[in-house]
Amino acid sequence: MTILDIRDLTIRTAGGRVLVDGLSLSLAPGQRLGLIGESGSGKSLTSLAVLGLLPEGMAASGSVELAGTQVVGASERRLAKVRGRDAAIVFQEPLTALDPLMRAGRQIAEPLRRRGLSGTELRRAVLAALERVLLPEPERIARAFPHEMSGGQRQRVALAMALACEPKLLIADEPTTALDVTVQAELLDLLDALVREREMAVLFVSHDLAVVAKVADRVLVLKDGRAVEEGDVRDIVTAPREPYTRALVASARQLESALDRRSGR
Amino acid sequence: MKRLPGQNPARGLTRSLTRSLTLTTGCLLAGAVGLLALVSLFWLPYASDDTSGGRLAAPGDGHLLGTDKLGRDLLTQLMTGSRIAVQAGLGSVLIAATVGVTLGVLAAFAQGWLDDTLSVLLDILIAFPTLLLAMLIVAARSATLESAVLAIGLAQSAVVGRLVRVLVKRVLAQDFITASRTSGTSWPRIVAGHILPNIWPTLVVNLALQFGLAVLAEAGLSYLGLGAPPPNASWGRMLQEAQATFTTAPAGALAPGILLVLLVIGVNLIADGLRDTLDPAARRRRA
Repeated sequence: MTILDIRDLTIRTAGGRVLVDGLSLSLAPGQRLGLIGESGSGKSLTSLAVLGLLPEGMAASGSVELAGTQVVGASERRLAKVRGRDAAIVFQEPLTALDPLMRAGRQIAEPLRRRGLSGTELRRAVLAALERVLLPEPERIARAFPHEMSGGQRQRVALAMALACEPKLLIADEPTTALDVTVQAELLDLLDALVREREMAVLFVSHDLAVVAKVADRVLVLKDGRAVEEGDVRDIVTAPREPYTRALVASARQLESALDRRSGR
Repeated sequence: MKRLPGQNPARGLTRSLTRSLTLTTGCLLAGAVGLLALVSLFWLPYASDDTSGGRLAAPGDGHLLGTDKLGRDLLTQLMTGSRIAVQAGLGSVLIAATVGVTLGVLAAFAQGWLDDTLSVLLDILIAFPTLLLAMLIVAARSATLESAVLAIGLAQSAVVGRLVRVLVKRVLAQDFITASRTSGTSWPRIVAGHILPNIWPTLVVNLALQFGLAVLAEAGLSYLGLGAPPPNASWGRMLQEAQATFTTAPAGALAPGILLVLLVIGVNLIADGLRDTLDPAARRRRA
């Protein structure tokens, strides 16, 4: 059984330029796939296409089956049922992913209200959602505007929003790129724990091999909208086959060895 | 709320003082005219068609500001004029806001040919002279305050609509809209909950500016005889009627002119003050 089955997905601009070219991948429940590639390789577009959220003027063809629903060409009404329930997204930039004029609590309440919660029940669920992402003082955070929180706190709120829908698949689009390194590690650990606990499938999009290696079991390497190589994280890191993957791994190692050298070994 | 490091408390204080100074001055100026208008609803020194004062009487002696060439009390006319000015401003802005926001939101959501059609429609409306539009409406109906307000409001809704379209498009491109859609929130809810609050600060400042412009436009139209009919004195018509006797009795032209300037400056100051208070970026800096 698969949660997400992408077959031959092609995304074109209105002008006919191909941005994602014949991509296929599949995810079973509980599986974690890392989608890696440099900026412009089509990884974010792929994650948006999963929920039928491609920007205006871009068209997808091929097949994207999300928990048994064909997303490509589906009506907004049909998509609204799938979104959140079957898959939810955490975005890269937590400042723009939250409405600057809405208190955090109300934003988290949005998906919860859809599940039929209201009144004190809703309030309790909002606080529980904030506690789940290990935010201190959930009461205060619930009343805070995004600009009154730190970057890490904002990203936790965004994560709480995505998880509030209890999706079967969590799409994380570079969720830690905008954060500093220590916060990044904390958030990755949290994400890892929460997803493991719920046996959620994860599509983790990143340009950072080290980050992907921490969260994903399998990796798919994208270049210019085309799948270059796919395999187990360990295999990709230890024995990359394609030259592009080799270059990615080498540059990640280079950074790490710089750290080793400076620490006096 | 905690203060961000590096922020100078003294500077924040001066800033909030100047901000409130702008707002306060604006409210005082516009409020004075508003008060005149309000009083005119319940009490006037003379009836608006009372010509018993004698032609072009000097200020004082039963007529605080004197009379016009027909012997009507000038203060009475000024007060009626301020009522009409405030009505014109409010009415036009109400039309501009309703029609403009609706068209703007529609245009922002529309795609393909509908987007093009709406954009062209708004551009045509903006290019269309308000004066010509007013003449057409007056020809179709009659020269009343309502006709003038309708013309001004329609002309302004194009300006507001184009602004709203751009503002909404900018909000729509943000991730939090996508995040909200991901949560399965319906479009009407997104418009009411996310989009309108986010365009509100800019919109409200623009509407305040449109109020001032509408007051000026109404004065212009009634100067040309396209506004409220006699005996209702509008400032524009008072100016027109006092034109011939300006050298001998300047009060008839100066008084409505000064009030017009005060009201428009007051409203513009309010708009400036609102911009500083409502601007989310400024609010973020203060937080």
